[in-house]
Amino acid sequence: MNDRSNPALGVTEAALPGAMVKPSGSPADATYGRTGQLYARHALPVRIMHWINVVALTLMFMTGLQIFNSHPALYWGASSYTGRPPWLEIGARQDAQGKATGYTRVLGHEWTTTGVLGVSTDDGRLYAQGFPGWLTVPSHQWLSMARSWHFFFAWVFFVNGICYVLYTIASRHLARDLWPTRADLRGIGRSIVDHLRFRHPTGEAAKRYNVLQKFAYLMVIFVLLPLIILMGFGMSPRLDTLFGGWVGWFGGRQSVRSLHFIIGWLLVAFVLIHVFEVIVTGLWNNLRSMITGRYRVPAETSHE
Amino acid sequence: MNDRKRAITPRVFAVLDSAKTAEPAHALPYGSRRRFLARMVASVGALTMAGCDRLSQSEWFPKILDSAEKLNQSLGKLVTGRKAMAQEFTAADLSPTFRSNGTAEPNNPEYAALAMNGFRDYALDVSGLVARPRRFTLEELRALPSRTQITRHDCVEGWSAIGKWQGTRLSALLDAVQPSAAARYVVFHCADPMEDDGQSPYYESIDMDDAHHEQTILAYALNDKPLPIANGAPIRLRVERQLGYKHAKYVMRLELVESFAHIGGGKGGYWEDQGYQWYAGI
Repeated sequence: MNDRSNPALGVTEAALPGAMVKPSGSPADATYGRTGQLYARHALPVRIMHWINVVALTLMFMTGLQIFNSHPALYWGASSYTGRPPWLEIGARQDAQGKATGYTRVLGHEWTTTGVLGVSTDDGRLYAQGFPGWLTVPSHQWLSMARSWHFFFAWVFFVNGICYVLYTIASRHLARDLWPTRADLRGIGRSIVDHLRFRHPTGEAAKRYNVLQKFAYLMVIFVLLPLIILMGFGMSPRLDTLFGGWVGWFGGRQSVRSLHFIIGWLLVAFVLIHVFEVIVTGLWNNLRSMITGRYRVPAETSHE
Repeated sequence: MNDRKRAITPRVFAVLDSAKTAEPAHALPYGSRRRFLARMVASVGALTMAGCDRLSQSEWFPKILDSAEKLNQSLGKLVTGRKAMAQEFTAADLSPTFRSNGTAEPNNPEYAALAMNGFRDYALDVSGLVARPRRFTLEELRALPSRTQITRHDCVEGWSAIGKWQGTRLSALLDAVQPSAAARYVVFHCADPMEDDGQSPYYESIDMDDAHHEQTILAYALNDKPLPIANGAPIRLRVERQLGYKHAKYVMRLELVESFAHIGGGKGGYWEDQGYQWYAGI
């Protein structure tokens, strides 16, 4: 790490004309990262790409659920009709009195999920639909429109993602801020304990991503997101023609559809944890740093 | 655009008494700040959703969204090449029964009369931008070069089924009628009406790349038996690198055209006229 540029998260003070902290001559100057001062945390390209990603991923998730609702069942293998039941199925049934029940069946276990999955209410009416209208775009069953949204924002997300990866490499954001250092790796156990106790880094340490955070980001950026794109490609009958049927490597087209769905929910889990951490480590401070770039370093605590 | 037609009406079970679904007043001792935040998030969410629905209903926004269709098509061609072959499977992969979707029995008296007679009087009419327009009986179609393939059928809804198809290679049929240089699409006119009043016959279209593709066939057999009515008897299109709605069933007439703007709703197919993408390779 190059101390002269004080490079936390890819932004040097000099590179950001609007930075509120004036770099003093000496890198060792204690006032530089002093508590309570605004610190330039996120570079402008990162901020822009982050919010484009928020919009694109949210819309792809919600339109994806609407697409799923056209056939709310998932299978393993190349085809849906193999003689084996789907491993996941959301459905609706109606008894002789006309009473509707929504159910969700996973690996042979069935739950009644009326009101949320299978059968749900919109504007005072009961609908037979996999996921409820408040979770999908469009809110009512409309497959063709959901596909139009999904593919448009898939391109937005794809191009944005390529730009992000190129930027993180070129700006050394990846090498400097995201890649775990040896010290990080040694501190994994301690970081886990800190997270469980909701004890968050302060002072100098708060300027850097912690090791669990680094792993979470790297996992999302370089594993989950590329994989969900690949699984999306795998559902295209045209792109499936490559290498004589590469989807077979992932179990076949219906497996690929299942994986696309599962990774979508893993990303939701990441977002929930991410937003939770944003809230508990200072909602407004974190939000400001992702909007204006400026982050107020939390006060140094005595236990360090 | 007709929104009623574009949005498929979902199944409504019952209209509930709205009083029963009204949220009970919150008596819980939530912190007011937290409650305010939760309400704000909920309101922003609801507004966003309503906004998305309004955009979907608008005239202009879907046009922007559909600009991605050309990119998808170019990506498919660029990455895979024009002659790329769809994956083929073995007999062990066959679906026990091949699912019938959409029309299972065309509501059309002329078709019914043909079916009654085992399609002995059926003839496929080929016309439009061709040097030698003509009709092909089933016998004549079977005499042309054929292909047998076990392929996966992918429905736009998300499911897949695997079937064994045998049929006339479309490229062989085109060689017989000699399309003119101006022909850019093959349009498939079908016997099944899509409206209850017997109107809006199903139709589809593909470009010449797909028309000449090795796996593009006019199938007359499924799983070694004559094609059942539920799956499109006597002839259905197989265009293996696209989704199921491209695979027109009950094909009665082929028309070679330079543009399909004057046919049906002008978008190149029945479902395309309802808002689905013409390029169904994704």
